[in-house]
Amino acid sequence: MTPQSEKNNGDQVLAGFEFQVTITFPKEYHMNQSYRKLAGVVAIATVSAGLLFTSSAAIAAEGSAVEQGKKIAFDRKKGNCLTCHQIEGGTLTGNIAPPLVAMQARFPDKAKLRMQIWDSTAANPHSIMPPFGKHKILTDKEVDLVTEYVHSL
Amino acid sequence: MHKYVSILLAAGLSLGSGSLLATPAEDLEAFKKYYQQRFPGMHDQDLANGPYALDANKRIQWEAMEEFPPYEQFVDKGEEIWNKPFANGKSFASCFGDDPSKVKVKYPHWDSEKAQVVTLEGDINKCLKENGEKPFKWGKGPIAYLSGYFAYQARGQKINIVIPDDPKAQAAYEAGKKFFYAKRGQLNLACADCHVYYSGMFARGNLLSTARGQTTHFPVFRAKWERKSKSGDGLGTLHRRYGGCNSQVRAAPFKAQGEEYRNLEFFHAYMSNGMEINGPGYRE
Repeated sequence: MTPQSEKNNGDQVLAGFEFQVTITFPKEYHMNQSYRKLAGVVAIATVSAGLLFTSSAAIAAEGSAVEQGKKIAFDRKKGNCLTCHQIEGGTLTGNIAPPLVAMQARFPDKAKLRMQIWDSTAANPHSIMPPFGKHKILTDKEVDLVTEYVHSL
Repeated sequence: MHKYVSILLAAGLSLGSGSLLATPAEDLEAFKKYYQQRFPGMHDQDLANGPYALDANKRIQWEAMEEFPPYEQFVDKGEEIWNKPFANGKSFASCFGDDPSKVKVKYPHWDSEKAQVVTLEGDINKCLKENGEKPFKWGKGPIAYLSGYFAYQARGQKINIVIPDDPKAQAAYEAGKKFFYAKRGQLNLACADCHVYYSGMFARGNLLSTARGQTTHFPVFRAKWERKSKSGDGLGTLHRRYGGCNSQVRAAPFKAQGEEYRNLEFFHAYMSNGMEINGPGYRE
């Protein structure tokens, strides 16, 4: 993932919309940074519009999955991960469970990480970690997003 | 041959029952030993101070709070309730005896006639009903004040819960034990998860207390309940706390003073045997 796509995280949902706006008003003076970047992209897009649209949207969507996953992970009523795990950027974290670092080294297989979030008692019946998917604490989609985020740590 | 078989059978049965069900005394010893190993050098009685035995910073704040205990005014209210005669001229002394310092230590206990666990709060309301008075609401208010007064009067006395050698009493104890160790609620947490296996650890800023030493300081005055109350009344009973714990793990709480919580209290209080009563306690 490129740093640029991470910065564009928040705009993902509206990416298609921004494209339209930027194309319609290419010389808009009050463009924010992400608009400017997109405007740059649009300049190239005139050469091969269809191809670039697909790839940049895909990058934006991936970046945003991490960002959305983080929101769910930090939300006390959703993942509430910080109650037990230390995560970079989280304050007043608990220490019941291991800090979430080097996750790709610990879980080379993302599906295994997802299973751990879905139902950690499958691997260890005594696990204190709530079975977020199995008990519908999070939806399937939310488990996917949290998996993306945690795997990025 | 018959003799031989019956001896074998008897040996097998006794071995079987021994390995399946530990006696309450064995459970208690294992419980005490577990915490001694988990917190080396910790004085057993210190566990009655919950998180404040385990964290120096929290202890300093708590000791400052105990200089002017916020529960004192409610203990005083409990004393007024104790002294106030019923409409029929009698008072709580007609049910509990004249000495309020000798009440708390008797609870909870097994009632062999009714074949159930009897709690202090249960007997407070029983006394009211028997004297034609309206029973108190469970959980907080007057029932917690009077219970708090009894606890305050009994400070320093040692908890000595007896599980009689009666199959029904043993079954009640086992039901309480099962409740304690069973995972429940959407969050799938057992009492033991937080208060045995992860005791001493932090869930956010909350230090998880040890299950041994929890019942010694009830009823409890909680800052969290104080904030919720318009009158600054943070005093609540053990069963109010059970209900809160169950809600927090997103399980439907059981009724205060229902069989589930009475049996849980039986096991839970027994696990603090030998410790001094220090209620009402102050907690976050």
